[in-house]
Amino acid sequence: MIIWQILLDGFAVSALYALGAAGFTLIFGVSGVLNLSHGALMVTAAVVAWAGGAVWGMDSLSASLLGIFACLLGSWLTYFVIIRPLQKTKAIAKEEREIFILTGTLLWGILIQELLAYFFTSNAKSVNPIFEGVNLIQGVRIPSNEVFTAVVCWGTIALLWVLVNRTTLGKVLLAASMNARGVTLLGFELSWIYVTVWSIYGLLAGVAGVSLGMFLGVSSYSSGPLMASAFTIVVLGGLGSISGSLIAAYAVGYLETLTAYLISPAYRTIPSLILLIVVMYVRPQGILGRRST
Amino acid sequence: MNRIPKSRLIILAIVFLGAAYTLPFYAKAYLLGLLTVAYYFGIFSMSWDLLFGYAGEVNFGPTFLIGLGAYTAGILNNQYGLAIGWCIIVGSISSVLGGLILALPALRLKGPYFGLTTLVAVLLLQNLIVVMADVTGGEIGLTVPDVIAINDVSNYYIALSVMTVSGFILYSLAHSRLGLILEAIGQNPVETASLGFNVTKHKIAAFVVSAFFSGIAGSFLVFYFGSASVGTLIEVSVGVQVIIAAVLGGRRTILGAVLGSIFMISATEALRPLGTLSTFVVSLVALAVIMIAPGGFLDLLLGKKESNL
Repeated sequence: MIIWQILLDGFAVSALYALGAAGFTLIFGVSGVLNLSHGALMVTAAVVAWAGGAVWGMDSLSASLLGIFACLLGSWLTYFVIIRPLQKTKAIAKEEREIFILTGTLLWGILIQELLAYFFTSNAKSVNPIFEGVNLIQGVRIPSNEVFTAVVCWGTIALLWVLVNRTTLGKVLLAASMNARGVTLLGFELSWIYVTVWSIYGLLAGVAGVSLGMFLGVSSYSSGPLMASAFTIVVLGGLGSISGSLIAAYAVGYLETLTAYLISPAYRTIPSLILLIVVMYVRPQGILGRRST
Repeated sequence: MNRIPKSRLIILAIVFLGAAYTLPFYAKAYLLGLLTVAYYFGIFSMSWDLLFGYAGEVNFGPTFLIGLGAYTAGILNNQYGLAIGWCIIVGSISSVLGGLILALPALRLKGPYFGLTTLVAVLLLQNLIVVMADVTGGEIGLTVPDVIAINDVSNYYIALSVMTVSGFILYSLAHSRLGLILEAIGQNPVETASLGFNVTKHKIAAFVVSAFFSGIAGSFLVFYFGSASVGTLIEVSVGVQVIIAAVLGGRRTILGAVLGSIFMISATEALRPLGTLSTFVVSLVALAVIMIAPGGFLDLLLGKKESNL
C-alpha cells in the first residue's frame, strides 16, 4: 500500500514542481535572465487566489483565475520595472549585468513578499480547491484536488510543449534563445519577443502558484524556499531545458516523497540537495543542459 | 564607468576610522551595540567583495562560510569548554577547510552554476544543523557560556579593531598582484590564462581568503551575541543582506562594503517602528540605489566623472 501511496503522492508533487520550474527555465532559456523573484510571483498568485475566496467572497474558479491574472501583472511589472531598465542602462558594465539582475530581482521578490505579508498577513493560507472529495485509487485515498493538480500541471506543460515546438511563435522563441541577434536580423522585434515570453512566464507561474496554494498551501514567507527548490530543479535538469526540468522535477519529487515516507519528513530536502551537488560536480551543465559558454 | 581615485578613498577611510575610534566618548551604548554588529557584517561583505568584485565569482553562500566558522567555534565552546581564542582560531580554520571543499570542485563551474552550488551549500548546512539538533541546538539555536566582553565599549573596540585589520589586509590584497590578476580573471579568464597565470589557483586563493575572514568574523559574532542560530547567521536572507551591503556600498572597493553594512543594519533598526514594512523600505532603498546609481555609495560620494565615455 505504501508503494502506491508514494507513487501517487510523488506523481502529483513532482508535476507541481515541474510546472513551477518550467517558467523559470523558459525565461532563462530565452532571455538569459535568472529571475529570483520567481518564488514571490508564485506566492502572489496563490495569495491573491486565496484572498479572492476568503476575503472578497468569490467562487473558487474565478478566484483562481484572479490569482493567475495577478501573477501575469506581477510578471509584466518585473520585466518593465526591473529587468528592462537594468538591461538598457549604460552605467553597468556588460559582465556585471548578471549580478545586477540577480540582486535586483532578489530585492524585488522581497518587496513583493513584504507587501503581501503587510496586506494579507504572513499566516499560512490555502486556496479553496475547485474539486472537493476523495477518490480511492489502488486502495489509497487520494483527494480529488490532488488528481486535479496533476492534471492541470500536466495539461499546462503539454500546452507549453505544443506552443514551443509546434507554432511559429514557439519557433521564434526558440530561435531567440539560440541567437538573439539572428532573430532581429530576420525582422522580429526583440523587445516584443521578450514581452511575449514574460507573459507566458506570468501565466505559467500563476497556474503553478495557484495549484501550489490549493495542494500544499503557502505563506508569504514560503517564497524563499520555493525559489530554492525551483532553482534546484532547473539546475539539475540543465538551465534553459524544459524537458530536463521535467526529469529533474520527477527525480526531486520522488526523492523527497520517498525520504518523507520512509525516513522522516524532517530529512525531506536533504537527499535532493546532495543529489544536486553530486550532479554539479559530475555533470555541471545538468541532465539535459547545453554546455555554458 | 566611473573610477574612484585611490587618494580620495584613503582620505575617506582615515576620516571614517577617526570618527569611529572617538565615537564611544560621546555616543550611547545603544548605538555602539548596533555598530558592533554592523562592523562584523562589514567584514562579511568585504570578504564577499574580494570574491565578486575582483574575481567576478558570485558567491551566493557567504553564510555557508560564516556559519561553518560560527558554529564550529560555538560548539567547541559549548560542548568542550575550549577558550574563546582557540574557538575563534579553529572556527576560522574550519571555514577555510569548508571553503576549500566547496571551492575545489565548484570553481570548475561557471557563472550562475557556481552561484547555485554555493547557494545549495547553504541550504545543506542549514538542514544539517536542524537535523543534528543535539549538538547544534537545532532551530532554537546554540548558546555559548563565554562572551568576549560584557562592556559595550570594549565590545565596540574589539569589533572595530577586527574590522580595521581585516579591512586593511583585504584592501592591500585587492591592490596587490593577487588583486590585479583576480581582476583580470574576472574580466577575461581565457586571456589571463594565456598570459601564463593559473586561473583556478588564484580563484581558490581568493576563496580561501574570503572564507578565512568570514569565519573569523562569524566566530567573533557568536561570542558577541552569546548565541548562534540559523536565523541570524545562516539563512539565505542573511547572505542576501551581506551581498546587498557590498553592492550598495560600491562593489570592487572593499571599503564600500562597510558603509553598506552600516546602512543595512542601522536602517533596519531605525525603521523598526514601521513593523513589517521596515524590510520593505530597506529593500526599496537598496533597489533604488542599484537601479539609479549602480556604483553604490562610494561612487556617489567620491566618484569622478569620466567624460571620454
